[in-house]
Amino acid sequence: MEIMYILIGCSVLLALVFLCAFFWANKSGQHDDTYTPSVRILFDDETAEEVEK
Amino acid sequence: MAVTKEKVQQVEKCYHCGDKIEETGYHLDEHDFCCLGCQTVYQVLQNGGMQQYYRYNQHPGKSNKEKQADFSYLDEPQIATKLVDFKDDKMTIITFYIPAIHCSSCIWLLENLYKLNPNVLQSRVDFMKKQASITFNHTLLPLKDLVYLLANIGYDPKITLQDVVKEGNKNNLNPLVAKIAVAGFCFGNSMLFSFPDYFGMGAFEKEYASFFGYINLAFGLPVLLYCASDYFKSAYVSLKQKRLNLDVPLALGILVLFLRSAFEVITQTGAGFTDTLCSLVFFILIGKWVQQRTYYHISFERDYRSYFPVAVTLLTEEGDKPVQLADVHIGDRILVRNNEIIPADAILLKGDAAIDFSFVTGESSPVSKTLGEIIYAGGRQTGEAIELEVIKPISQSYLTKLWNNENYKDYDKHFQTFVNFISKYFTVVLLAIAFFAALYWAVDGSANRAWGAFTAVLIIACPCALALSSPFTLSAALSIFDRNKFYVKNTAAIEQMATIDTLVFDKTGTISSPKATSIYFEGSLNTNEKTLVYAVCRNSSHPLSREIVKWLDVYSDVPVRDFKELPGKGMEAIVEGQVVKIGSASFLNIGNIKSDGSVVFIRVDEELKGYFTMEQAWRDGLSALIENFKPRYDLHLISGDNDRRLDALKLIFPSEACLMFNQSPMEKLGRIQKFQQAGKHVCMIGDGLNDAGALRKADLGIAVSDDINNFSPGCDAILDGESFSKLSDFFAFSKDAVKVIHMSFGISLLYNIIGLSFAIQGIMSPLFAAILMPISTVTIISFTSLMTRWYAKRHKL
Repeated sequence: MEIMYILIGCSVLLALVFLCAFFWANKSGQHDDTYTPSVRILFDDETAEEVEK
Repeated sequence: MAVTKEKVQQVEKCYHCGDKIEETGYHLDEHDFCCLGCQTVYQVLQNGGMQQYYRYNQHPGKSNKEKQADFSYLDEPQIATKLVDFKDDKMTIITFYIPAIHCSSCIWLLENLYKLNPNVLQSRVDFMKKQASITFNHTLLPLKDLVYLLANIGYDPKITLQDVVKEGNKNNLNPLVAKIAVAGFCFGNSMLFSFPDYFGMGAFEKEYASFFGYINLAFGLPVLLYCASDYFKSAYVSLKQKRLNLDVPLALGILVLFLRSAFEVITQTGAGFTDTLCSLVFFILIGKWVQQRTYYHISFERDYRSYFPVAVTLLTEEGDKPVQLADVHIGDRILVRNNEIIPADAILLKGDAAIDFSFVTGESSPVSKTLGEIIYAGGRQTGEAIELEVIKPISQSYLTKLWNNENYKDYDKHFQTFVNFISKYFTVVLLAIAFFAALYWAVDGSANRAWGAFTAVLIIACPCALALSSPFTLSAALSIFDRNKFYVKNTAAIEQMATIDTLVFDKTGTISSPKATSIYFEGSLNTNEKTLVYAVCRNSSHPLSREIVKWLDVYSDVPVRDFKELPGKGMEAIVEGQVVKIGSASFLNIGNIKSDGSVVFIRVDEELKGYFTMEQAWRDGLSALIENFKPRYDLHLISGDNDRRLDALKLIFPSEACLMFNQSPMEKLGRIQKFQQAGKHVCMIGDGLNDAGALRKADLGIAVSDDINNFSPGCDAILDGESFSKLSDFFAFSKDAVKVIHMSFGISLLYNIIGLSFAIQGIMSPLFAAILMPISTVTIISFTSLMTRWYAKRHKL
């Protein structure tokens, strides 16, 4: 069952990768503005006929 | 049905801003506009192919009735460099604060600025902060032109001295977020490695037990040293000051948790409590984060600098030149135009000065000054441009001194919160129980059990739930207030609000609204004369003319000849062969008539017909509000204005109320102090600079403002004028919020008693702690959030 040590090591490593990813996202300002992108994505590219409110 | 509704709206409301169209509107492309400003914006957008702006929202614009500000100072490189974020030889990046941002159309328009001007390379809007970050080519588009471009489409950026100085405005939460992330990470992992132990291990799994233990300990270490470091620091500081705050039992609990876990793992006597440690720190950090949430777009610490303009027009031999305020020296000659603020104490050299000091002194009518008189800083010129000579540096002017007055500064408020009050006793009782339990088992002869009981008490009674009850209740209350346009500075201020028993109101601008005016006419006008006055007044965009037009309630389109309007004075025209003169006493050459408020005289052909008096009207719902407050609060009024409306106020306020007039800022402060000395908890509700000292001295200072982006003095809460009538509900709700905190304290105490009953016996298992801690936390969080919202609903907030 020595495989357990390797597996646990892998899982912790993977979790650490995600933690680092979060830090990177936070540092690069991805959480600074959590509202505007949700509006931005709804804009049409150019003149469309019916635009919902 | 929906169609007809839309039609009705289109007829009555401005296509651009949605304001009601009064008198003669403007008409273009089958759309109606309330003013020329709105129509111009529409045209600019139409020509730029930006009609889409009107599709995302109905009436997305902001009213453009107010005159544009002068931005020529942006040409001064000294000022400009202080504003930009980044600049190289080709492009500049600048971040503007634009208060007008309020809907998705705004985002769309501002992010498509490049369509209006190709020299704008990129623009990005942060909706919540109401900021736009714009990258532009400054060789082809100077900063000033960019600002004018924004102003032309109705999005004037707000540029104040405090922007220029740009200090510590950014509330950096990042370290806390990082700590929460690490704590969450360790919490999840350590829980995973604790499960085998909780579920019971088979014989062959036992060999991993110590391995899991050490891994858990490894996860506990960063939580102890990094995530919880603030609690240790705070506990250390509070012990040094001999004050017990809630961080002391928290830090003690965290430390004991780790020590006992380490002890158990190393001696292989148990699995330890690392997962409980991690979850505890994780939850209390979240509580801290919730409590720290602040407003991006409102500043409660504004000082006089944000009231002043960024630059003034200096008169030099080479002509007019805008300079930044800091470069204005004694002896400089400056030009102050209509609606501009006088930045320094100065002597009037040229022009008719009618200075509106309402913000500084509370006096509502403009004061006229003669040549050679000293005009104090902070007043707003109404009328023509005047020339002044500066006699004192800005930092020593009357206004600045008022602000920097030592008496004002001393009052760093220390709010006594419920949690602070409780924690004094909590720690003592906790330690007493722990020592008692340890002693009991030590006497009994089992040292192991004594150590077990002692640590278990400190662990299980760690006031995690208590630490969370206040932040979650109050931040829920904060967001409910926020929704109702009442912006409270921090959570402690809400608790303070609940203790208030005396309310002191200011008059001008607080219980009366600068936006609403009541108009009275003395004299007589027949219908024919009314139409004459109407014909003249409709040509003017002056607010008083608009009020008169509304009051006249007639309609005519008789032609007007030789129309002349002199700003700050009046107007003159010939209608149907009759000379109509409308304006101030001096304009009509009527000697100095003693009058209050703004007075407009009417003369038709050399015959004085009478005069209009304009006064600020009470805010909507004032008497109902006072009625609501009456049973539970002492109500008073302190005004810097004179007492001509005393009779009206006597009817509104209860008979025992003190109504005081002609109070200087220092007297106001003194009054508040007197109330406090009489054992009252005083809330000051004011608006102007003359209330600044009182607002700060009072236990709670609420500034009333009709435009929260505008300057307001330092205070604990800002109330939007619209929500003034809800003030009594706000106070009642704050009391309920504190009630919720008390109730959740009861619940967390209940959990503690259950836990303690096991702990003092020295038989607490890690599993028990691991279950009790999160359950109590979740209970508290959901209870406080639900109860707070339920109370809010009851108050219809």
